Amino acid sequence: MPDVGERELRIVGFLCNWCSYGGADTAGVGRFKQPTDLRIIRVPCSGRVDPLFVVKALLSGADGVLVSGCHPRDCHYSDGNFYARRRLEMLKRFLPFIGLDERRFHYTWISASEGQRWQQTVTAFTRQIHELGPLARAEEALSL
Amino acid sequence: MNAKKMKEALREALPSVDVVIAYGPGFDPLHAEPCFIKDAGRVDDLILNPLCEHNLAGYLTSQKGRTAVVVKGCDSRTVVQLLQEGLVEREKVHLIGVPCRGVVSAKKVMAAIGHEKVLSAVFEADSLVVTTGSGEKRLPLMEVCPDKCRSCQYPTPLIYDVLVDEPLAADKPPESVYEDVEVLEAASLEERKAYWEKETGRCIRCYACRNACPLCVCQDSCIAETRDPHWMSQKSTVSEKMMFHLIHALHLAGRCTECGECERACPMGIPLAKLKRKINKDLKDLFGYVPGTSPEDRPPLSTFRVDEERIEEHKLP
Repeated sequence: MPDVGERELRIVGFLCNWCSYGGADTAGVGRFKQPTDLRIIRVPCSGRVDPLFVVKALLSGADGVLVSGCHPRDCHYSDGNFYARRRLEMLKRFLPFIGLDERRFHYTWISASEGQRWQQTVTAFTRQIHELGPLARAEEALSL
Repeated sequence: MNAKKMKEALREALPSVDVVIAYGPGFDPLHAEPCFIKDAGRVDDLILNPLCEHNLAGYLTSQKGRTAVVVKGCDSRTVVQLLQEGLVEREKVHLIGVPCRGVVSAKKVMAAIGHEKVLSAVFEADSLVVTTGSGEKRLPLMEVCPDKCRSCQYPTPLIYDVLVDEPLAADKPPESVYEDVEVLEAASLEERKAYWEKETGRCIRCYACRNACPLCVCQDSCIAETRDPHWMSQKSTVSEKMMFHLIHALHLAGRCTECGECERACPMGIPLAKLKRKINKDLKDLFGYVPGTSPEDRPPLSTFRVDEERIEEHKLP
């Protein structure tokens, strides 16, 4: 049950297999209370996350997107998250330009042992998305 | 623009290249056309004037043999980017550089003369005199140039084998480059959303922007047309159209040389370059990188620094 709002929203989370997915698992094993709006997609590395994944999710019905990987210098593949950092930062600055609130997209670094931190992040992000409300879709009446 | 010198340079180059890509007269006096020649006898058919607005560098990736190509300053940046990405080999291209003070957008001229049939188009000092059935119209070049020329920083090609005129220095202030992007950035989120919904909503998905783009090099493997993964459907909705343009923009992140071919090719007049220029502006701010200026550089999103000076971690409230 979501503990931050009445209606559940759709949040997509891209988590790297080695750190953040493990972190989410740690939070689960530790039985930390978490909102349930997040749908997790496990990716091999945050470097796998194409900025287009985020855009596609936001245009296809997601109200928020969270990307999380290993801390910089801790990448399982040594440098995947360094590439991710550049790409996601570019995207973070680009989204407001096309009229998408940058607060709907967040990227962060969480390790497999940081279950507590995972819970705090997902709770804070879900709260933020609930404050923003559902993402209004493009006016379909405009189309031909 | 010195057509005579260009022809001399091309005659000199022809024996050592398989094909020359330059400009020829189009279907009416206002339009120039890309022209491919292999025979020195046809050099006299070529033209060089501000109507030559196309970026010919885009044809380089599809040429097998050694190619001579006429490049303006902006086009030369595309060549630099193609070299940087290993998409063309330096030994296989012969670059005829043309210093340029701005070209003419045939689209803007047609709009200014009410889309009448053009009988003649002549350059006089700083203006273009267009004759149509209903008379003569004098259009100042500054009014009918593509937007990119108004803030041009590279009037002289950055890379060339032969330069057919005296080099020109940039005469536009560097701050003016991203002025249009800044105007939109200053608008509210709702205004920006409405702006892009209106603009991309007009898209007819002809993909001319992609086909004209000299750096869209996926060719037949473009993800806009694959079914697996199914990035886009055939639905004619604003979000599908938006998705297409975002694919184009994000695939060009850190690579777009702002030649404006997408806007030139767009039959609906959508300001497509603005999306790519916004990304360029941010990447310049983040990494101090300007695409297409040095063949030795690496595109900023294909590399990294362990300690990014300009990227700060985002905190949630």
